[in-house]
Amino acid sequence: MSNAITSDAAITPEMIAEHGLSDAEYRQAQEILDRDPNITELGIFSVMWSEHCSYKSSKKWLKTLPTTAPWVICGPGENAGVVDIGDGQAAIFKMESHNHPSFIEPYQGAATGVGGILRDVFTMGARPIANLNCLRFGDPEHAKTRHLVGGVVAGIGGYGNCIGVPTVGGECTFHESYNGNILVNAMTVGIADADRIFYSTAAGVGNPVVYVGSKTGRDGIHGATMASAEFDDAAEEKRPTVQVGDPFTEKLLLEACLELMATDAIIAIQDMGAAGLTSSAFEMAGKGGMGVDLDLDHVPQRETGMTPYEIMLSESQERMLMVLKQGHEDEARQIFEKWELDFAIVGRLTDSGRMVVRMNGAVAADLPIAPLANASPEYDRPWTAAAMPEDISPDDVPAPEDCGLDSLTAALGKLLGSPDLASKRWIWDQYDHLVMGRTLQRPGGDAAVVRIPGSQKALALTADCTPRYCAVHPKTGGAQAVAETWRNLSAVGARPLAITDCMNFGSPEKPEIMGQFVECIEGMREACLTLDFPVVSGNVSFYNETNGAAIQPTPAIGAVGVIDDIDTMATIGLKAEGNSLILVGETHGHLGASLYLREIAGRSDGSAPPIDLAAERRNGDFVRQQITEGRAASCHDVSDGGLLVAVAEMALASATSGSDMLGALLHFDDDLPLHATAFGEDQGRYVLEVTPSEAEDLLASAIAKDIPACRIGRCGDNALTINGAETISLAILKRAHEGWLPSYMAG
Amino acid sequence: MKAAVIIFPGSNRDVDVIDALTAVSGREPALVWHRDTELPDADLIVLPGGFSYGDYLRSGAMAARSPILRTVSARAEAGAAVLGICNGFQILTEAGLLPGVLMANRDLKFVCRDIHLKVEHADTSFTRRYDTGQVIRVPVAHHDGNYFSDPETLARIEGEGQVAFRYCTPEGDIDDAVNPNGSINGIAGVYNEARNVLGLMPHPEDHIDPSQSCSDGRALFESLVEELA
Repeated sequence: MSNAITSDAAITPEMIAEHGLSDAEYRQAQEILDRDPNITELGIFSVMWSEHCSYKSSKKWLKTLPTTAPWVICGPGENAGVVDIGDGQAAIFKMESHNHPSFIEPYQGAATGVGGILRDVFTMGARPIANLNCLRFGDPEHAKTRHLVGGVVAGIGGYGNCIGVPTVGGECTFHESYNGNILVNAMTVGIADADRIFYSTAAGVGNPVVYVGSKTGRDGIHGATMASAEFDDAAEEKRPTVQVGDPFTEKLLLEACLELMATDAIIAIQDMGAAGLTSSAFEMAGKGGMGVDLDLDHVPQRETGMTPYEIMLSESQERMLMVLKQGHEDEARQIFEKWELDFAIVGRLTDSGRMVVRMNGAVAADLPIAPLANASPEYDRPWTAAAMPEDISPDDVPAPEDCGLDSLTAALGKLLGSPDLASKRWIWDQYDHLVMGRTLQRPGGDAAVVRIPGSQKALALTADCTPRYCAVHPKTGGAQAVAETWRNLSAVGARPLAITDCMNFGSPEKPEIMGQFVECIEGMREACLTLDFPVVSGNVSFYNETNGAAIQPTPAIGAVGVIDDIDTMATIGLKAEGNSLILVGETHGHLGASLYLREIAGRSDGSAPPIDLAAERRNGDFVRQQITEGRAASCHDVSDGGLLVAVAEMALASATSGSDMLGALLHFDDDLPLHATAFGEDQGRYVLEVTPSEAEDLLASAIAKDIPACRIGRCGDNALTINGAETISLAILKRAHEGWLPSYMAG
Repeated sequence: MKAAVIIFPGSNRDVDVIDALTAVSGREPALVWHRDTELPDADLIVLPGGFSYGDYLRSGAMAARSPILRTVSARAEAGAAVLGICNGFQILTEAGLLPGVLMANRDLKFVCRDIHLKVEHADTSFTRRYDTGQVIRVPVAHHDGNYFSDPETLARIEGEGQVAFRYCTPEGDIDDAVNPNGSINGIAGVYNEARNVLGLMPHPEDHIDPSQSCSDGRALFESLVEELA
């Protein structure tokens, strides 16, 4: 066998540019090799140093996020984050973007996004128990939006429904900045025994490197590079770089991997996601300080005549790479044969520290691992602070009557039927959110709740972000995204544990975009610290730009909390006539960057609502205590759309059929304009429903703890009535709330 | 009651029905792999929901031709109780153990939501703990649940009392507006002639415990335990 490097063609500047490497990066590659790379090696450098795989623009800032807590078992750097949930069990979770492929081919892009994040979680030994997703689409009036919504939702459902993991929550909003760059952020949560977690650090010279799952084809070559560049009008020509998902094979892979993980055969395991075989092999070897001899002739192939370049860079789905203990090969092979999946020994670990790739008797690539895997470029990109917008006073925002509406309640109806607040039932009806039989709170509440089998415990799960806040005040927006997920978990009575972040931004090469990233991180950092809510996993998606126009900064946060006793969890729907409604938290009527301002007044000025993290913590801890002590008949945090929208959501969730719904009679003070009290988006607030006698105790307890809390009304009627004057029936609100999305999609 | 659950590659509501059977009967069901040809001693054989073989050819079509189905078929003919839920129902129709076919939903979309069912007969092994005409709430979760049969077959199964459940309003009215998939005559589940084989699209196994928001599905399993124990 020849040890000479195959070098089929000289590397030209055009080839370097096509591979997304800068001149400096190419020179660095030459220095590492002490020669010119061949085409296969160039491809490997390209994907390993792509923004998507290397985090070269974001690393410096991601390092500033808090990642530890006594309950964190494994923070960022592995396939997913791991937290201790007690009783010897761990929750394993991560959120990841699949934005670029989903815009190009919405069904397959979204489906493979779900497949990829599921693999990240079961790679670590967890059985996935829930999926969530954060979706951002362009203006509903934009010509492509309807098609993209339909395709993405069908793709997420098509994958999750088939593999049998419930899709229990998430969010979906619309804004013109996403017209050319939608966001599809998928999150998976799994459960494992805390002492049976699998990592990706290779060890043991001579141990076999094993490939399992689907065969390798030519699909998805350079997906990671595509995800690291902006779009132009020709984006759809990149459709061939989108992979095709096969959830049935993934289901088999899941069961086979979990079956193998119950034995003692695995040393390290890593899914083949972005950058496929290249990335998984380099990462495992890099973490263990090992070398690898790879023999591509043994890689199961779907097509004939594939080159080493294609095999190394293919992003074919539903594949895993493992390092097994020598002697356990047959045991492992039998399991994969039972599940009718390919199983191939494709290499061995060495102590050379080099990746030596052979095919057809020739060396196709010979690269040192550490410089590629661990010492990729790191940039301190220039950034500029966002210009702080002038905030606006509630008195300067016109009342509904001055915006062409009849009344406050007419504004409420319009808000509840606006794209961002309208019910997303049309979406979650297409997701199997009940499979596994453990879904205790379904989509539509503050957080989904999934029971932990065989126990009284449950996990509470949510995913959230408010990009319009991040756009005007990135630091507050970053803090708010973290705080809102913490609030969502607290509102069902869960102890918040940790978050995963999915950072979606424009081009980091523009100082103002880099500034948005830096400031969002700074806000997130402060919120994580104050709320004891570390980041355990995440993903960065830059270059969400088309023709130079960037998306709103969107640091989507996925969060996990634990409920110790499901009998005390709180739900969102109002329960009983005559019960008191208590508002916890301070109301200042902040209308800057609010939905009221945008949807009713047709403006988007002002700044994001300020966030007092210490108050956030006090209020949330207080509310959680009320819930776990069994005092809350229902609870909902106050967020998009403000207090009146929050109460309306509680009323609309009170019953499934219209005639049985329970409304509320509300009394708002007159120290602010009524529309500011009703629709202001002040942070750190919750509405609690309690019996009248418990209301007294709760208010006394709040005073004793210096928590702002006040009575805002009581449950009754099947309408919402404000200050005895304005009233609107729940049936009308329900029609507005439930009607928009189905009628939009039918249009 | 001794139950056996058949596991196909792609079964995914096996966990749900195993949990339900265990909770109601106090006994874990035996699990039978699709390539097996023998069934253990069992009073009840369950074909669970999911996407057997990926449902790539046609829902249930490949599973209906798997080795274990010949054994299931023989047991059914001998009078054993057989329950097919969702994909299991699709498999039973594809295998010819139940009349009719399940086509893609009328709106061509997957649908997951609670629906109401009217119990047509309370005198079978599967329904004795319900009342005839009782309305129960259980979820559906499927893409191909649109029940159809030719007019002669339909007349026969209607005439012979083989319709087990129909989609209805909370008040019990059979109304096309609440039919989630376009099934003919609102049919959600059917029996074979001997009424020892039941197939249904909805998931009673997901409404077993009040923590799941409703336990209306529990009585189906309690009926079986009472009948078969």
